[in-house]
Amino acid sequence: MSGEKRAHVFALQTLLLIGSAAAWEWASRSRWIDPFFFSQPTVFGRRAMQWLIEPGFLLGGHSVYHHLLVTMQEMIGGLVLGVGFGVVVGFALGRSRFWSAVLNPYIQVLNALPRLVLAPIFVLLLGIDERSKIALGFSLVFFIVFFNAYRGVRDVDRNIVNNARMLGASEAQLARHVLLPSAMTWILSSLHTSVGFALVGAVVGEYLAAAQGLGWIISQAQGNFDAAGVYAGMLILCVVVIVVEVGVTRLERRLIRWKDINETMFA
Amino acid sequence: MPLQNEKNETSPRGPIIELALDSIGLRFGSYAVLTDLSFVVPRGQFVALVGPTGCGKSSVLNLVAGLLKPSTGSLWTGGRLLESINRDAAYMLQQDGLLPWKTVLENVMLGPILRGTPKVQATKDAEAWIDRVGLRGFKERYPSQLSGGQRKRVVMAQALINRLPLLLMDESFSALDVQTRALMETEFLELWQELKATVLFVTHDLEEAIAMADRVLLFTAGPDAHLKGDYAVPLPRPRNVGEARFIPGFTELYETVWRNLKEEVMATYVR
Repeated sequence: MSGEKRAHVFALQTLLLIGSAAAWEWASRSRWIDPFFFSQPTVFGRRAMQWLIEPGFLLGGHSVYHHLLVTMQEMIGGLVLGVGFGVVVGFALGRSRFWSAVLNPYIQVLNALPRLVLAPIFVLLLGIDERSKIALGFSLVFFIVFFNAYRGVRDVDRNIVNNARMLGASEAQLARHVLLPSAMTWILSSLHTSVGFALVGAVVGEYLAAAQGLGWIISQAQGNFDAAGVYAGMLILCVVVIVVEVGVTRLERRLIRWKDINETMFA
Repeated sequence: MPLQNEKNETSPRGPIIELALDSIGLRFGSYAVLTDLSFVVPRGQFVALVGPTGCGKSSVLNLVAGLLKPSTGSLWTGGRLLESINRDAAYMLQQDGLLPWKTVLENVMLGPILRGTPKVQATKDAEAWIDRVGLRGFKERYPSQLSGGQRKRVVMAQALINRLPLLLMDESFSALDVQTRALMETEFLELWQELKATVLFVTHDLEEAIAMADRVLLFTAGPDAHLKGDYAVPLPRPRNVGEARFIPGFTELYETVWRNLKEEVMATYVR
């Protein structure tokens, strides 16, 4: 895209944001929608700012940054574990037709199970601290990464494999020069989804049972019929997601420079 | 008198045999692709394989490469029975197998690296080969950033850099436009004459086969494909592929082979 066009897109994006926020504000003020349930952008925006800039404003005895940090830690924990195990298991099963045939029905069943129902089990098993949230995030991320790594190894172009073999590649060299890079593109393209799911694991886990974290803040606000608090928590979550998303896109650009990845924001 | 250590193209008993197929049969399930195929290729010969589509020409290359195993018969390269991947053969596949995540330079140096050449030396060799195939200035590009002709040049450098005695080519130039094609074929012949490799060249284009090869092997239509004809190409070298058809003798040979090829092509239609 040319610079002029990009500025155009950005201007329209900003306009869309301001426009929808203004419509929300107007609808709420004119009682077209009930402010008790829907709050108002100015009200929950102010609330979020209060949390962020007033150091004396404590939630459950901690600043909002503490809660944010807890949620991020849980998210990163679930993400790292899920990606790590997903890549290793996906790669291993992708290489072994025998074991993938043996394990296939079990993996399908586990994948079909709505993983969120595991949350209570994780809480019972691991307590209400970070570990149960990490476990929930892991259970969500693992399968996404696993399936992508598996497909990446399986769907390698036969021509590329044959070519590398003829050039002299041993099995180990084949894995390093062909299978891993091929799987990498699949794994990276799943990373956007994985990050999202790791955050879902953390927030939903906190929402169900926790003593801190953004999910806990939202759940507390809900308990107090405080719509502004719920929306303020969501607003902060949105900002976090956008920042993380930009980071992932950067990482992706670095790691798969060879591919045109302009479309990944919508993939 | 010390023993002669030079690599001779002929031994006292005649030319050295690079490749020998001995009554090869190849079946996929109940379908017999090749039946009782035998031929011998002396070292340094450029052999074109022609035949109607589906006659198993490409399968012959895969057999010689060691990517396929013959169902019956035996295959010898460099005096040894071939039992796994042929480490003495370079293979330019019909659909190129360039690694999209590696740059031109990394693709070309891959062969030497895989075979244990130190990185510095491999880089130097690869750069020299990139120059030779006319891609100076493109070594940092990725395959997706190259044109079809440029990709073929990378494939050529990648295959030739290992300086292997046997070169397998499957329709290597067929996807190119006519001008680029004649140019690259001529360039390839120059490189080949320098490398002195034995070549098996599969093509559906009889004109290309005669213009480039020392010998044309004609296959019957499949199933049960085998050799129908074996023609020596009496044209002098070096050749310019774009102008070979004007050399006396070209047309006569073309007509002879074409008459036989036509029968086989018709046979595939009858089925």
